[in-house]
Amino acid sequence: MKRYLIQRFAYAVITLFIIVTATFLLMQLLPGTPYSNAEKLTESQRAILDAKYGLDKPVAIQYITYIGNLIQGDLGYSFQYQGRTVMSMIGDRIGPSALIGLQGLVFGTIIGLVLGIISALRHNTAVDYVSVTIAVLGMSIPSFVFAALLQYFIGVKLGWLPVALWENYQSTILPSLALSVTVIATVARFIRSEMLEVLGQDYVTTARAKGLNESGVIWKHVIRNALIPVVTMLGPLAVSIMTGTLVIEKIFGVPGLGEQFTLSILVLDYSVIMGITLLYSALFIFVVFVVDVLYGLLDPRIDLKGGSKA
Amino acid sequence: MDNHILEVNNLHVSFKTRNGEVPAVRGVNFSLKKGETLAIVGESGFGKSVTAKSIMQLLPKQNTIIPEGEILYEGKDLLKFSKKEIQNVRGSDISMVFQDPMTSLNPTMKIGKQIMEGLSRHMSLTKKQARERAKEMLELVGIPNTEARLDAYPHQFSGGMRQRVVIAIALACNPKVLIADEPTTALDVTIQAQILRLMRGLQEKMDTAIVLITHDLGVVANMADRVAVMYAGEVVEQGTLDEIFYSPQHPYTLGLLRSMPNLDAPRTEPLIPIPGSPPDPASLGTGCPFAARCPYTMKVCHDHNPDYTAVSGTQAVRCWLQDERTPEEHVPEVIRKGRQTSEIAADQAAIDAAGGVPV
Repeated sequence: MKRYLIQRFAYAVITLFIIVTATFLLMQLLPGTPYSNAEKLTESQRAILDAKYGLDKPVAIQYITYIGNLIQGDLGYSFQYQGRTVMSMIGDRIGPSALIGLQGLVFGTIIGLVLGIISALRHNTAVDYVSVTIAVLGMSIPSFVFAALLQYFIGVKLGWLPVALWENYQSTILPSLALSVTVIATVARFIRSEMLEVLGQDYVTTARAKGLNESGVIWKHVIRNALIPVVTMLGPLAVSIMTGTLVIEKIFGVPGLGEQFTLSILVLDYSVIMGITLLYSALFIFVVFVVDVLYGLLDPRIDLKGGSKA
Repeated sequence: MDNHILEVNNLHVSFKTRNGEVPAVRGVNFSLKKGETLAIVGESGFGKSVTAKSIMQLLPKQNTIIPEGEILYEGKDLLKFSKKEIQNVRGSDISMVFQDPMTSLNPTMKIGKQIMEGLSRHMSLTKKQARERAKEMLELVGIPNTEARLDAYPHQFSGGMRQRVVIAIALACNPKVLIADEPTTALDVTIQAQILRLMRGLQEKMDTAIVLITHDLGVVANMADRVAVMYAGEVVEQGTLDEIFYSPQHPYTLGLLRSMPNLDAPRTEPLIPIPGSPPDPASLGTGCPFAARCPYTMKVCHDHNPDYTAVSGTQAVRCWLQDERTPEEHVPEVIRKGRQTSEIAADQAAIDAAGGVPV
């Protein structure tokens, strides 16, 4: 196990390094400067600013400096906001994103599981058709459509919850719901097909042949085995949803990370782009790692101690 | 007869498909005495497994229809049982061993737990007692180091060992009937022999009756007391092991036996396959289903399906060749000869039954 962990950690560091390098180089290709008033700047003003931010040096030197700072845990300062560190900006923004993401994820997973499981157990009946339709709609209709519908009906017509703005807990509910739609659809479809596959397995017949009642067969033999692959899918889904989605955050006025990320790209706030990319990648790698470990715990056939195959 | 523990009478099973109902089992009859082994043989797709699964009612409910027939277990019709009642029978009175040991165990559950599940379902045992019993069962099926093995997962066992575990699960509650659906087909030959020996040994110890479903005549010869030969969802011939092997009366049985390789024959001698291919169960006519492949067909075979003719007290055949109206010269010699030996055997049986005549 220890060997496995070390190996995984090494892989993670290498992956992150490659991502940082690629992002850094790609950013150099972007046209424009981080200065919003670039046209009005005189040659000498610009030279002073470039010197201040280290942009006057060759790309290779900039890169080495960045990596050097990164190793010390320093993500640098924002170009856009005077005197703000990237660290503190991420810190301010991640809370709301994580909150609505987590709520959407938990709610969506529970509803998706229930929907998918019922649908599999009532395979080829009206219940199944209805829930498959819901899942397909949820997958194919973009989330901003749902967001707008939620705002219109629950926010405007019924007036139960605020339409937008980030004020109190109430304002988290609609964005969470809008986020959960994709989760519901993805999870429901996935667990349904897994359940159907497991239901057709011989060991389920063996369980029935032992005289177990149907609920015993479903709980002990079917659901557990059907859930294992769902875990793999949930990890990446969790990252993408908890790190903030631009559209939902924009629509509901959530001061989240997704919004910040897009803003930074638009104004070429180099250090913030780097910082958020790094955070996304690190989280993703971490979650995939957690999923792998969980997988080992859930499925006895996967042995992490061996370490060589992972 | 009273001592029949399991009796299947005129069982019909059909499946609903997109192209209408397809009959898989068409009027199967057989019976099983206590401690006896009945082998059901035939090619794939002839309703052997369907018959077996319908006894346990393990076929998918949504698309299975059992329009006719009865399955009597100790005189009671299982087909009339409620869901709850059939669950009480499964695993405790009638158990099943499946074909593929690689897939018939739950990969994420410890072996011990899988054995104990049935035990705690049917017998009022404490957890500790159930574990003890599970350990005994593992010992009984010849798995060493039982204490540790109880906590192992299926993937830590080889195919043969898994099939032993499956047998342990099936026999844990001392069932009176064990249905073994191709129990050795997925195993290699040496392991096959071990598993068959194990089953026979346990059968003697526990006095279990076995319904053995197989397409392997070698396995039949090893295990069976009586044999039922199935073709296209019907039992076309039924008899004792000797009757079926030495005096087969149905051309299909004859064909099966002929297509079996003979070790004593010279290697240049080709096997004799049954010509043609099995009929599509969805489009069977009114005639004998074997007519299209039968070398001895008569006109009547294509239009009318024959009824059973008793050849001896224990052997019955569904074939027009057995009909009195069939001219004697049309009946092939092998079958005629077989009939005589059958009669002799029947006479011998009668003599034996009467207490035997000293020679």
